[in-house]
Amino acid sequence: MYQEDVRHTTIPSEPRPGSAPSATGATGGVTATGLGKRYGDQWALRDLDLEVAPGTILGLLGHNGAGKTTAIRILTTLSDPTEGSARVAGIDVVTDPAKVRRRIGVAAQQATVDGLMSAHKNLVMVGRLHHLTRAEAHRRADSLLERLDLVDASDKLVKSFSGGMRRRLDLAASLVAEPEVLFLDEPTTGLDPRSRNDLWDMLRDLVSNGTTIILTTQYLEEADQLADDIVVLDHGRTVAHGTPDELKSQIGTDRIDVTVGTARELEAVARATEPFASNPATLDEQLLVASIPIVENTRLMEVMRALDAAGIDAVDLNRRQATLDDVFLTLTGEMPADADPDTPILEEVQP
Amino acid sequence: MTTLADTAPAPRPVTAREHLDHERSPLAAWWSDTLVFAGRNIEHIRQIPEKLLDVTVQPLMFVLLFAYVFGGAIAVKGGSYREFIIGGVLIQSLTFGMNGPATAISTDLTEGVIDRFRSLPATRTAYLSGHYVAELAGMALSIVVLLGAGLIVGWGVHRDLLPFVGALALLFLFCSAMIWIGTYIGLVVRAPDAVMGIAFVVVFPLTFLSNAFVPIDSLPKVLGYIAAWNPVSVVVAAVRELFGNPSAPVSLHAWPLEHPVLCAFGYCLILLAAFVPLSLRAYRIRTRD
Repeated sequence: MYQEDVRHTTIPSEPRPGSAPSATGATGGVTATGLGKRYGDQWALRDLDLEVAPGTILGLLGHNGAGKTTAIRILTTLSDPTEGSARVAGIDVVTDPAKVRRRIGVAAQQATVDGLMSAHKNLVMVGRLHHLTRAEAHRRADSLLERLDLVDASDKLVKSFSGGMRRRLDLAASLVAEPEVLFLDEPTTGLDPRSRNDLWDMLRDLVSNGTTIILTTQYLEEADQLADDIVVLDHGRTVAHGTPDELKSQIGTDRIDVTVGTARELEAVARATEPFASNPATLDEQLLVASIPIVENTRLMEVMRALDAAGIDAVDLNRRQATLDDVFLTLTGEMPADADPDTPILEEVQP
Repeated sequence: MTTLADTAPAPRPVTAREHLDHERSPLAAWWSDTLVFAGRNIEHIRQIPEKLLDVTVQPLMFVLLFAYVFGGAIAVKGGSYREFIIGGVLIQSLTFGMNGPATAISTDLTEGVIDRFRSLPATRTAYLSGHYVAELAGMALSIVVLLGAGLIVGWGVHRDLLPFVGALALLFLFCSAMIWIGTYIGLVVRAPDAVMGIAFVVVFPLTFLSNAFVPIDSLPKVLGYIAAWNPVSVVVAAVRELFGNPSAPVSLHAWPLEHPVLCAFGYCLILLAAFVPLSLRAYRIRTRD
C-alpha cells in the first residue's frame, strides 16, 4: 500500500525546476539563520536554520514546548526573534513584516476564527482585510467553503461548530489570499482519521500548485507522509534534520516490542533479534520491554521463531510504527524532557 | 465571442491575488480596514442583539428611575428635577459605555482571533479604530434613545442652534474619550472578567460623586469639592448649560464648574491626548512578544 514517493528522493534544499528564484531574487521559499527566541532567561528556540525550497513541505517535529510554535510565530511575524534572521517568500520577517503578511497564510494551533460570525462572513472578513475587492472576497469565500466541505454550515455561527469544522474553517481562512507560503501549526490535532486524510490530500494538492508549506506535528507518521524535509526539535534545539528517508534510515520505521518476564531476558531478546534490527534495540528494564527497530520487510513470524529458538518466553509481541518518542530515544539516547525544566522527566507517583 | 476566444491567448486562471487593490493610499486602506473591523462588531450585535441592552434599555431605566422614583425626593433650585436629571443620566450612561470596548477587546485578546488579524496585511491600528467606530455608533444610538425619552418625561432644549451643536460636539468628544479609556482598560486587563470590576471601581465614583444626580450643594463639603473638580460633573454642567437646562447653583468655589463648557472640552481633549497614545502603546506591547 505504502508507495515510496518520488518526493523523497528530491534533495529539498535545491529548488525544483519551474520554481527557480524570480528575477528580483524573491522566492516562495523560507530561509532562517540562527533563529532564536528567549523569554526571560529561557530559550524557547535556539539556532534554528531552515532552507525550505518553494513548493515543498517542511515538517517541524517535536513535543509540546519543543519550540515549534515559537518558530511558526516568528516566521509569521507574530513574534520578534531575539537573534538570527529569517526570510519568508524572499522578504525579511523583522524589517518588512507587512510585506510578509501579504504572502502568507497561517492556521494556528488554536483555531483563530470569530465564533460570533458565520463561516462565510469570517472568510469574507479575512478576504477584505487582505484587501481583496468585495466581489472577490465573496467569490473566494464561496469556493473555499465548497473545497473544505463547509457549504452546509456556511451561514451557521462558528460558535456552534465542532472542533474539526473549526479547524477546516481556520484552514480556509488561511487560504483566502492564495498564499505563497502556508504555515500550519499542528493542523491535524483533533481531527478524525478521515478528515486528516482529506487534509493531507489537500496539502499535497496545494504543494503541487507551487505553495510552500511549513507544518508542525507531534506525529512522526504525519511528517513522514507529507514532508520533503523534517526538522526534529527538542527544547528549542534542532536534534535532527533531513529527509524522511534519511531520518528513517537513522531510526528505522517499524518497531517490534517484545515483553518478557524478567529483566535478565531483555539482553537475550536483543541478541536473538539482532539479524532483523536496523538499529540497536532499546531496553526498558522497568516495563520489561525490548523495542527493536526492524529492517523493512521483516515478518513477525521470523522474529517469533528466532525468539523461540533462543528459548525466550515472550509474554507479549507487538509490531508497531515508530513514534516521536522512538525518534528521540534513538537520536538522543534519552526520552525527551518536558518543556518545563523543573518538571522531572518521570512523574513521581503520589502516595 | 468565439472569434475573440479564438484569437486571444489561452486565458490564465485568475487568482485572488490579481484582485488585490494596490492603488489605494495607505489612508484609504486604513479606513477600509477600520470599516471591516467595525462591521465585525456590528455583526456581533446582529447575532446577539442583547449586547445593545446596556446602551438602550439601561439608560431608559435610569431616566425612569430618577424621574419618577428619586425625583420627588430631590429638589433642584431654579428648575425641574426632570430637566436637571437628563444631562446627568446621559453622561453617566456614556461613562458606563467604556465597558463595551473594554470587554470586547479583552475578549478578543484572550481568544485566538487576534492572532489571525495580526497575521493579515490589514493596517495594524485599524483593529482599534474599528472598535472605536462601532462603539461610537452604539453611543450615538444611546444618546438618541436617552434624549428621546427625556423629551417624553419633560426635558427640552432651551437654547439656540449653536449651543445645541456645541453640546453635540462635546458629547462626541466625551464619547471618544470614554471609548479610548475603555480600549486602554481592555488592553491592560488580563481577563475579560476583570473588566467589570475595574469599570465599577472607576465608573461608580466618577458618576455618583458628581452633580449628575444630585446638586453639589447637597453634598458634605469635602465631597462637594471632589465632585466639583470631577470631570463628569464638569461635562454634565457643560451639557446642561449648552442645552439650557437648570444646573443647580453651586455655592463653593471651584474654577472648573464656573467655566464648565471650556473645561469640559479641555478635560475631553486631555483624556484623548492621554488615552489614545496609551492605548496604541498597550496594543503594541500586548500583541508583540
